[in-house]
Amino acid sequence: MSRSAPDAAPGAPARARENGRLRRLLAPVGLGFLFLGAWEWAVRAFAIPPYLLPAPSLIAQTLGSDGASLLASLGITLLITAAALGAAVLLGGLLALLMAQSRTLEAALFPYAVVLQVTPLVAIAPLIIIWTDNIALSLVICAWIVAFFPIVANTTLGLNSAARELHDLFRLNGATRWQTLRLLRVPAALPYFLAGLRISGGLALIGAVVAEFVAGTGGTSSGLASRILEAGYRLQIPRMFAALLLLSAAGLAIFWALSALSRQLLRHWHESALDPER
Amino acid sequence: MASPPLFHTERLGHRFASGTEALLDVRLGVDRGEFLALLGPSGCGKSTLLRLLAGLDRPSAGAVHWDGGAPPRPGEIGFVFQEPTLMPWATVADNVWLPLRLRGLSRAEAGPRVAAVLEQVGLEGFADAYPRQLSGGMKMRVSIARALVTRPRVLLLDEPFAALDELTRFRLNDDLLSLWRAEGMTILFVTHSVFEAVFLAQRVAIMSPRPGRIAASLPIALPEPRAGRLRTTAEFGAACATVSDALAATMAEDGAVAP
Ligand SMILES: Nc1ncnc2c1ncn2[C@@H]1O[C@H](COP(=O)(O)OP(=O)(O)O)[C@@H](O)[C@H]1O
Ligand SMILES: [Mg+2]
Repeated sequence: MSRSAPDAAPGAPARARENGRLRRLLAPVGLGFLFLGAWEWAVRAFAIPPYLLPAPSLIAQTLGSDGASLLASLGITLLITAAALGAAVLLGGLLALLMAQSRTLEAALFPYAVVLQVTPLVAIAPLIIIWTDNIALSLVICAWIVAFFPIVANTTLGLNSAARELHDLFRLNGATRWQTLRLLRVPAALPYFLAGLRISGGLALIGAVVAEFVAGTGGTSSGLASRILEAGYRLQIPRMFAALLLLSAAGLAIFWALSALSRQLLRHWHESALDPER
Repeated sequence: MASPPLFHTERLGHRFASGTEALLDVRLGVDRGEFLALLGPSGCGKSTLLRLLAGLDRPSAGAVHWDGGAPPRPGEIGFVFQEPTLMPWATVADNVWLPLRLRGLSRAEAGPRVAAVLEQVGLEGFADAYPRQLSGGMKMRVSIARALVTRPRVLLLDEPFAALDELTRFRLNDDLLSLWRAEGMTILFVTHSVFEAVFLAQRVAIMSPRPGRIAASLPIALPEPRAGRLRTTAEFGAACATVSDALAATMAEDGAVAP
C-alpha cells in the first residue's frame, strides 16, 4: 500500500475558540450580576428587613466580618466531602469491577447498591450517628452513601460498553481476562466513571451537609451546616446567607474541578472533551 | 493443485438461539494463498460464516478442518470488521501494537514491526494520531494494519470497505491487492458488491439466503497483476456479467433447499 498517498486528513483549524470560551465565562457572570442588582434594588425599594431577606451588600459585608470562622467550618465540611468521595470512588470502583466479572454477580449485588441509593439519608443518618461513636466518621459514612451509587452505576455501565468487535479482536488474539479488563474494559469505562464522579462530587457535599444537619441539632459537629443552623436559631439571617453562599461556591468549585479533571483525562479522544466550537 | 486446501468446512451449519437458520450445510474449501470473495445479499450469513471460520462462534453443526489438524493459534488469523473498531483512546501506533501487546511484546519490542505495517498501509507519519483525527479510509487502513501486524496466515475481511466512498474504496482495493501479492497470505473477502468481488478475487463464492449456503463457486480468470485500469476493460465487464447472472439465478430460487 506504499504507493498511494493516505486519504486527506480533515484537520479542522482551531478558530473562534477564544470567543467561545469568553462567552461561556461572561454569560453566567453577567446573569449573576443582573440578578444581584435586582435583588439589591428590591430590598431597598420595598424596605425588606434583613431578618427576612438581607441585601447582597449586607451579605458581602457579613462575609467580610464572619468569613474566617465560616471558612474554617467550610474546611471541615469539605474534608468530610472529600473523604466520602474518595471512599465512594474506591469502593464504588471495586464493586463495579467485581460486578463486571460475571452477570450473576452483577444481578446479585446491584439491587443492594440500589437499596443504598433509594433509602432517604435523613432517615438513616440518626442510626448511623448512634452506631458510630465517632461523629466525623458517621458524617463521612452518610455522605458516602449518597455519593456511592452514581459511581457504581456509571462504572458498571462503562465496563460493559466496549464494542463487541473489540471484544472479538481481543479474543482472536488470545487475550486473558485480565488483559481484556485492563486494556479494553477499563479504558472504555473511564468516561462513564468520570460522569459518575461529577455527579457524586455534588452529592457528597449535599450528603455531608444533610448529615451535619441531623447531627448538628445535638451541637456536636462544627461544619458549615451547624453554622447555618446556629445562625438560624439566633436569627442572624445575613450570616446564614453568607454560609449558604460559601456552600454553593464550594459545590460549584467541586463540579468545576471534576469537570476539568474529566476534560484533561479524556482530551485526546472523547467527544465530551473536544472543543464544542470545532 | 495437488496440495490440500488450507482449510475446508464439512457440512457447516449454524442456528441462532432465536431459531434463525443462518447457515446450512456449507461446504467450502480454500487453498493456501488464494484470494476468495464471498458474495451474497445482506442477511445471507456471510458474517456468521466468517465468525465460525475465525473460531469466534462455535458451529451448531459440522466442522472446520484445518490442514495439519490444529486450528490456527491466536494471531494466525487476521480479522477486519465492517467498522474500523479502533480503540478511540489509543493512538494509531498503539492500536496496531495491540495484538502484539496481548502476546507480551513491549512497545519498544513491537516498535519496528508496527512502523513497518504502518508504512505498508501508507500511514507512516500518522503513528501518533488518534482515531478521531483520521478519515474513514485512514481508519480502515489502521484496522488492516492491526490485522497484519502478527503476520497472519489468513486474513478475513467482513465488508471492510462498504461504508467508504467509491474513490476511497477503489484505492483500498488496489492497495489490498498489492498487499496480498507482497505477503502471499490467504484472503477471504466478504462483500455484497459484484464489481468489488470480481476485481479482487481469484474465485467468487456466491451465497444464497435463508438458510445461508454456498450456491456457486466461480473462478475469475482475469490477467494478473490486476490494477485499476482493469475496471474499464471489456473482459472485466464480461466477468461481472457472469457473476451477476449467477447471483441473480441463486436469488431467484431463494428459499429452496440447497441442490
Ligand atoms: N446474533 C444473532 N442472533 C440471531 N440472529 C442473528 C444473529 N446474527 C445474525 N443473525 C441472523 O442470521 C442471518 C445471517 O446474518 P449475517 O451472517 O450477519 O448475514 P450477512 O453478514 O450476510 O449480512 C440473518 O438473518 C440475521 O438476521
Ligand atoms: Mg455481515
